[in-house]
Amino acid sequence: MTTRGGTLIRRIEPAVVMAFGCIIGLLFLGSLYSTSFVSPEFLLQQLKVASFLGVIATGMMIVILLGQIDLSVPWVVAVGGMMSTAVASWGTIGGVMAIPFGILCGVALGLVNGLGVAYLRIPSMIVTLAVNAVAQGLMVVHTGGYSPQDASSAAMRALATGTTLGVPNALLVWSVIGTAAVLLLSRTTFGRAVYGIGNSERAVYLSGVKSQRIVMLAFALSGGLSAFGGILLAGYASKAAQGMGDAYLLPSIAAVVLGGTSILGGRGTYLGTVAGVILITLLQSILSVMQIEEAGRQVIYGVVIIAMLLLYGRERPVR
Amino acid sequence: MRDWGYRIREQRGTLLAFLVFVVMFAIYVVNHPAGFTANVVTTAANKGVLLALVAMAQTVVVLTSGIDLSVGMVFVLTNCLASALVVGSPAATALGVAAVLFTGLLCGVLNGLIVIYGRLQPIVATIATGAIFYGLALVLRPVPGGDVNSDLADALTSQLPGGVPASLVVLLVVVLALWLPFRRSEIGRGVYAVGSSELAAYMSGVPVGRAKFAAYCLSGLLAAMGGLFLTFLTYSGEASAANGNTYTLYSIAAVVLGGVSLFGGSGSAIGAIFGALAFRTIGDLLFVFDLDPLWQPLFQGIILLAAVCLGSFRLFRIRNRLELFG
Repeated sequence: MTTRGGTLIRRIEPAVVMAFGCIIGLLFLGSLYSTSFVSPEFLLQQLKVASFLGVIATGMMIVILLGQIDLSVPWVVAVGGMMSTAVASWGTIGGVMAIPFGILCGVALGLVNGLGVAYLRIPSMIVTLAVNAVAQGLMVVHTGGYSPQDASSAAMRALATGTTLGVPNALLVWSVIGTAAVLLLSRTTFGRAVYGIGNSERAVYLSGVKSQRIVMLAFALSGGLSAFGGILLAGYASKAAQGMGDAYLLPSIAAVVLGGTSILGGRGTYLGTVAGVILITLLQSILSVMQIEEAGRQVIYGVVIIAMLLLYGRERPVR
Repeated sequence: MRDWGYRIREQRGTLLAFLVFVVMFAIYVVNHPAGFTANVVTTAANKGVLLALVAMAQTVVVLTSGIDLSVGMVFVLTNCLASALVVGSPAATALGVAAVLFTGLLCGVLNGLIVIYGRLQPIVATIATGAIFYGLALVLRPVPGGDVNSDLADALTSQLPGGVPASLVVLLVVVLALWLPFRRSEIGRGVYAVGSSELAAYMSGVPVGRAKFAAYCLSGLLAAMGGLFLTFLTYSGEASAANGNTYTLYSIAAVVLGGVSLFGGSGSAIGAIFGALAFRTIGDLLFVFDLDPLWQPLFQGIILLAAVCLGSFRLFRIRNRLELFG
C-alpha cells in the first residue's frame, strides 16, 4: 500500500500541484474580501458551476492530448442545447429523446472535425473553426436568427439544477464523466494511443495502431461532450440561446492548459484538468463577486491566464 | 524559360487566388442589377480592403508557422480608439492616426514578447491577449459611438477621379511601402526560413527570435490599419466581440484561400489579399442571387469548409503513407 501511495505522489506533476496551490491562493484572497468565500455552500455552488465547464473541458483535454485543438466548442455547445430543446418540445417521446439526440448532433459535428483532421490531414485549428461556422449557419437557419422558444425537458432540468442527497446533480454528472475519462485515458488501449499520438503519431502508426481512427473518435467524443455541456447549460437556464457556448471556448482551453496538459500533446493528467476547471471557475466568480465590470474582467482574466502560464506552462526552448 | 516556370510555380497559390477572385467578381458584377459601375466596385473594394488588411496581418504570423487569434480583437480595439482620437483639425487627426497605429504595434509587441520570450504557444497566448484587447476596447467604448474626421474618411473610402476606389490605392500603398520591403529584407527572409524549419533556420544563423518578433509586430500594425479603416467606413467605434471573432475567422479563411501554407514558410500577403477579396465576393454573391439572408452564415461556413478541404489535395502527391504523419 505504502509503495503505491508513494508512486502516486511521485506521479503527480508539478503543474498540477501549482494549479491546486493557485486555487488555495485564490480562496485565500477571496476570504480576505469576504469570509463567505470559504463557506461550504459557496464551495459547493462553485463546484456545481464548474461542472458545466468540466464536462466541456474533458472533451477538449482528449483532443489537446492528441496535439490538436477543438475550436468548434462554441457552436457545438449551442447545437447541443438547441437541438435537445427542439426535440424536447415533441411531447413524451421528445422528452425521452432530447438528451440522446442533442449528444448525437454533437458527435456528428465532431466526426466531421475528426474526418478533416485524421483523414484529410487539415490542421485541426482550421477544420474546427470551419465546422464552428457551419454549425452556426445551421443554427441560424434552424432558429431564424432568434433565440429559440423551446423549453428544456424535465430530465435536462433535473440533471442541471437538481440535487441528490445534498450534492448537486451536475457535480455527480461531472464526477461520472471524469471517472470515465480517467479510466479511458489510463486503462484502455484507446487512452494509451491518445497519449502516443500526442507524442508521435508516426511511431503509433508504425506500431500497428489505426491512429487515424483514434483521432477521429477523439474528436467525435469531444463533440459529444461539448454538446452534452450545452444540454446541461440549456437545462440550467431552462432554454437554449444564441451564443450560449461563446463563453466556453477560452475557459475550456485555459483550464486544460493551466492543469498542466501540454498544448503540443502527449502529456497531461485529468487531475490537472479538474484543478484547471476549478481554478478558472473560482477566478470568474471572484471577479464577478467583486463587481468588476465586464471590461475589467476580460483584462484581468487574460492577464491572469498569461501570468499563470508564464509561471509554469512554458515550452522548453527548441535548442 | 526554366526560370519563368520556377517563378510561376513559386507563386502558384497567389495566382490561383487571383483567378478565383476574378471569376467570382465577374459573376458578381454580371448579375448585379446596377452592373459594372464605379459605385458597385467602390462598395465591394471598401469591404474587401477591410478584410484584406486583417488577412495580411494574419499572413505574416502564419508564415512563421504561428497563428494570431487576437487579430480580430486588435482590429476592434483600434477601431474603438480611432473613433475617439481621429477627430478635429488635420494635425490632431494625423496625431490620432499615428497613435492608433502605434497602439496596434504595441499589441503586436505584446503578443511577440509573450510568444517568443515567454515561450508560450501562440494559439493559447493570443486567445488570452485577445481577451485583454477586447476588455480594453470595452473600456474605451462601453456603448457603440464616437466620431471620425469625415474629410479624411470620405477621401479614403470614395473614388478618385476616374472612378478608381481610393481604398484600393491605400491597399496598394500598404503593399508597396510595407509588405514588399519587409518581404525583401533580411528579417522578412528570416520569417520564411523560420516557418519552413525553425531548427534549420537557427543552424543557418537566421535571427529566429527577431524574425518572429518582427512578424508579430507587423501583424499588430496591419490589424490596426484595418481597425482604422473600419472607423473610416462606419464613422464610429464598437467593442463587439462577435465582430472581432468573425474577422479572426475570416482572416484565417482568406489566408487559406490565398494559398498561404498554414504550416508556415510559403505563400505571400498578396495571395492573402486576393483570398480576402474572393471570400468577400463569395459572401456578396448571395445578395445578387437574392438568397434568404438567413442562409448566408451557413453558405459562408460551407464555402469555408470546402476551401480548407482543398488543402488536402496534397494527399494525392504523397508517395509514402508515413508522410501523412510528418
